[in-house]
Amino acid sequence: MRRITLWGMSTLSVLVLLFNYHTSLGSTVNGSVPVASRPSALPGADPATGASTAAAATYDGQAVMTPYGAVQVQITVADGKVTAAQALQAPMADGHDQEINSRAVPVYNGEVIDVQSAQIDVVSGATLTWGGYTASLQSALDQAHL
Amino acid sequence: MSQRNTMNEAPHSRRAWVEHHMGMPVSIHLRGNDIDSDAASRAVGAAFATFHAMDEIFSTYAPQSQLMRLRRGEVGIDQCSTRMREALALGEQAEQVTRGAFTTMLPSGDGGLEFDPTGLVKGWTVDLAAEHLAVLPGVSWCINAGGDLRVGAHPNLPRRGEGAIVWNVGIQDPAERTRLVGALALSEGAVATSGTYARGAHLYEPDGGTMIERPGSVTVTGPTLLWADIWATALFVGAARTRGAFATGAPGYAVTMA
Repeated sequence: MRRITLWGMSTLSVLVLLFNYHTSLGSTVNGSVPVASRPSALPGADPATGASTAAAATYDGQAVMTPYGAVQVQITVADGKVTAAQALQAPMADGHDQEINSRAVPVYNGEVIDVQSAQIDVVSGATLTWGGYTASLQSALDQAHL
Repeated sequence: MSQRNTMNEAPHSRRAWVEHHMGMPVSIHLRGNDIDSDAASRAVGAAFATFHAMDEIFSTYAPQSQLMRLRRGEVGIDQCSTRMREALALGEQAEQVTRGAFTTMLPSGDGGLEFDPTGLVKGWTVDLAAEHLAVLPGVSWCINAGGDLRVGAHPNLPRRGEGAIVWNVGIQDPAERTRLVGALALSEGAVATSGTYARGAHLYEPDGGTMIERPGSVTVTGPTLLWADIWATALFVGAARTRGAFATGAPGYAVTMA
């Protein structure tokens, strides 16, 4: 079931990226997050599990920061196909917390998760200067919640 | 469980604050209940004040910091904050457990070595600042100090399963800083990443006695940012013996390389 969820999320990320390009929101720092680098992760494209999603399910995707705020899309997947896509406008107005929270998460060291599948909350990297910060992913994440 | 934020009416499910401390951006995020309360604002203020207070003791940029006055012999260690002795002890301990890969004795301008705890002050300060946030009922928090961070929650909040508040931590790609190489989900703990890609040669390699610059990065997770950050630095600059020391001498901590 979790694997299916990841398919959905990856598909969604592809949609988000297309959405981003299509609306010509311009180059943004988060536009470079490799959200669309796994085209093979489309629903139904992985023969390894042979699973199918008979029931329709909705997935809320990774928010992508734009100069106009966070853009986030919800998709509906039925029988392995995306049947509907809807933009969620408000940052964090999603049911994503519950989905992540339902996983067992080891404390302290964390569970390795798929960048494509997850809405990133914070970024760890080599120490930033204040100057470098203004163009950073962390800056965009902070701005979304200030 | 965080509340839903439906555009305008509902309370925040998350808030962020950013301030400039110790020459770097420090951001604090809160999630959960009552994060719009005065108590939450006061706790965040106290957390930032911790950075300010530690900087007044340990800054190597401010000539009047206690550390700089101590170095010039203008004050003795007994006239400094008790944090100074703690820093000396932590530095010695860190040098021991990392088998010499981390040190607080750095080259001075005149060819000698002098006490410079900068490499451990940031993580230590985050841990101290976090104590102010950990008392907020129903609140999960994250402090990100220039790319090294710690998350946690009130003791009454679950760490896993139903009701746990989980932070998805992206790990920056050292080769292209606008990309991520991976991500971790955790409800409690520290994530420290060391590398020289962001600000050049600023990490000291005790064996060679030089500041080094090399590609890649090392990320260490564990209970405290003090030790996660010390180990990230040590493993980035250190030799095989340091990796051996980490494997046996850092229970609860884990490392990934990028």
